[in-house]
Amino acid sequence: MSQKIASDSMHINIEQLQQELNVEQREFNELQQRHFKVRAKMALENEALRKSFRGASDFLMGKRKAVFPDESALSALRDRGEAIRQHSLANLPELLERLEKNLTANGIQVHWAETADEACTIIHDILTANNARTVVKGKSMVTEEIELNHFLEARGIECLESDMGEYLVQLAGETPSHIIMPAIHKNKAQIARLMHARAQTSDGSQVPYTEDVDELIGNARAILRDKFMRADAGISGVNMAVANSGTLCLVENEGNGRMTTTMPKLHIAVTGIEKVVEDFSHVPELLTLLTRSATGQKISTYFNMISGPKKAGELDGPEQVHLVLVDNGRSRIFSHPVLKPTLQCIRCGACMNHCPVYARVGGHAYGSTYPGPIGQVVTPQIAGLEKHGDMLSACSLNGACGEACPVRIPLPELIRELRAEAVSPQFTDAAAVTDATAVQEVMGRGAKRTLGESLIWRGWALTHRFAPLYRIMTTAMTRGRGLFRSKAAAVLLSPWTDSRSTPQPARRSLHELAKARGVADQYQNNTADKRGDNA
Amino acid sequence: MTEQNTTAAASRQPRVYPPKPEAVYLLGTCLVDSFYPEAGMDAIALLQHAGIEVIFPQSQSCCGQPAYNSGYDEQARAVARTQLQAFAADIPVVVMMGSCAGMVHKEYPKLFAGQPEEAAAIALAARSYEFSEFMVNVLQLEQQLAQAEDQSPLTVALHTSCSARRGMGVAAEHKALVENLPGVQVVEPERVAECCGFGGTFAVKQSDISAAMAADKASAIAATGCQRLVSGDCGCLMNIGGTLDKLQGEKQGPAIPVQHLASLLYTRLNGGDGSQISQKRSQQYNKKSGDKA
Ligand code: SF4
Repeated sequence: MSQKIASDSMHINIEQLQQELNVEQREFNELQQRHFKVRAKMALENEALRKSFRGASDFLMGKRKAVFPDESALSALRDRGEAIRQHSLANLPELLERLEKNLTANGIQVHWAETADEACTIIHDILTANNARTVVKGKSMVTEEIELNHFLEARGIECLESDMGEYLVQLAGETPSHIIMPAIHKNKAQIARLMHARAQTSDGSQVPYTEDVDELIGNARAILRDKFMRADAGISGVNMAVANSGTLCLVENEGNGRMTTTMPKLHIAVTGIEKVVEDFSHVPELLTLLTRSATGQKISTYFNMISGPKKAGELDGPEQVHLVLVDNGRSRIFSHPVLKPTLQCIRCGACMNHCPVYARVGGHAYGSTYPGPIGQVVTPQIAGLEKHGDMLSACSLNGACGEACPVRIPLPELIRELRAEAVSPQFTDAAAVTDATAVQEVMGRGAKRTLGESLIWRGWALTHRFAPLYRIMTTAMTRGRGLFRSKAAAVLLSPWTDSRSTPQPARRSLHELAKARGVADQYQNNTADKRGDNA
Repeated sequence: MTEQNTTAAASRQPRVYPPKPEAVYLLGTCLVDSFYPEAGMDAIALLQHAGIEVIFPQSQSCCGQPAYNSGYDEQARAVARTQLQAFAADIPVVVMMGSCAGMVHKEYPKLFAGQPEEAAAIALAARSYEFSEFMVNVLQLEQQLAQAEDQSPLTVALHTSCSARRGMGVAAEHKALVENLPGVQVVEPERVAECCGFGGTFAVKQSDISAAMAADKASAIAATGCQRLVSGDCGCLMNIGGTLDKLQGEKQGPAIPVQHLASLLYTRLNGGDGSQISQKRSQQYNKKSGDKA
């Protein structure tokens, strides 16, 4: 299809193309409502998609590796990153207060939002108080998390994403498939169709069809430039909020972040409460870890430090700057003894770039704002295990994410912990009302507990706990090894044998072989006398 | 800034190894027990050959990892408790697979935190070693391979499991043992460090994703043209080997035989028939043990 368009661009039937895109968008929305496994299967069968993600993963892993040539230097830097983030979390309440005080002193207005809805309402109120009808947005995952665009558009405020990837995703009516590269799931031809069918220049005309990357970006830039000039407000994220100086740091590559935060009269920054760092001296190490881990860059093209609105006599800058600090479940994470390191995250995306599951199913399969390993850890905690617990099984616990994480979040451990939360019995009501336990419970604890599965594990524990039972079981397995090739076994083993040969137990177990060979069963410490010192 | 994650930092300190002990336990693991027992016997023979008495507690079963990784901590603890008792004496424990070694060495202290057996779990964790880790760091076996009986040319693809590589950090030990075998050429498949897709219950719960990962791994290994696939983890062997069988079956080519590291070492050192692998070797042992019985 795209081949045909490419070679025959003069004769593209725009209406037909638009219809096709509408169908694709509907299919996307429908698929997002389905079970993780369905989405994963669809993604696995989509060759173009798999190629996109495999290629992107390989490319980004290669870039990161090249920019961290010295293993021990990297390890030392990760130690620092971990320590800085843990320091922030250890002092979180106090640092947030200090941040608020210093931001306020700098003329930045601070707002606190406990829930996604509250955050959206606060932002909407600020916009309406300033008569703002059009908004340009810098890239911000928190605003994706709280579904701000939806909220504002339903209230008649136009939101335009200005990061190239986010812009494309918005045009397609989709959600980001990667936290750093939101449109990584689209190839050139798909982007060309999308731009041609749905992008409009300021005079309302279609952009010409092109698959040339520079032209595509040029077209988008022209459209966005115009919007920047006219927008009433800019909304951005924050990468680090420095408590001691009251500074908001923003990392980006396209310059859209700077435009968003300087051109409109009103700038609203939105961030999770965990993004605070104590001091400017913590910024360089986190920044270098972030850009190197994310894209393999030594430093990003732009690094913005926002320390207040335009002052008297200054020509540029917004008249008002606001910061909305979003909790949305983070306090709950903060109080969990094992899951707390979730909040160390600096959102670099390295964990998804290194995840062999993500490389195969892509970001949309996860059905959540944050995909990949960090998504598997964050999403069930902020949106509940009930709705998002299924993605937890999509992990082989291979550890590649934890090894890549610049701030040493033990991601596999956290995924395992959440699996335990998902199948744990719920706390009794009595326990829930007593102090800390209520706070530590992950939302939807026990939601994935099924009678069948817990019976299986109980049976398993029984046969593996008692040596005689275990030996009876292995004996039965080795003696009945032929049964593994039976029809009944074929059904039972099909998840395994559909793509693999049937495993066959040995004729005799190691227990039997060792016994037959006279290998000692118990340690007789007869050397203790000889040594005499083995007290 | 004073806070440091001292426990995490400490766990990254290089491990200190004891001198050669007089006796060790062998923790066979449940997969080796029922599917690759010859690997366990070969490890026992290698240890005995080094002058070490091997104890194989008949009361051992499984390290508890399948339940633990699925989030069933209570069941995992119940089974792990049996192992605490089976391996109670204060001698080193050699573990036949990287993933089970990781479970005992890294997870047992967490699993038993705040439990009556906490001290016993920490002690067992501290004296448990993955097979190649023990062979290299305690016995220096890699330096004693020059006299191997069988030095015929053999191309081997080595798959170091994720738990051996990242959990236990013994990829170098795996490599040293295979590379120093005379006549053995080690070939590296593409994306050598990527997971094969086994992951225990992951292979069943997310069978589509697991199969896709296994297929990629199997093709990468087949593309090396190796004559044998060797690993220190039988889950990977079963997964990749089983996938290779299917792939090769479709292409009508010969399947690539798979073998545990211990069996490769034993057969090369003692000159057994290099093709006596997997099932065939177990049959050989079975015959011997049958004679005795
Ligand atoms: S969890 Fe670690 S690797 Fe993943 S996005 Fe966060 S900081 Fe990056």
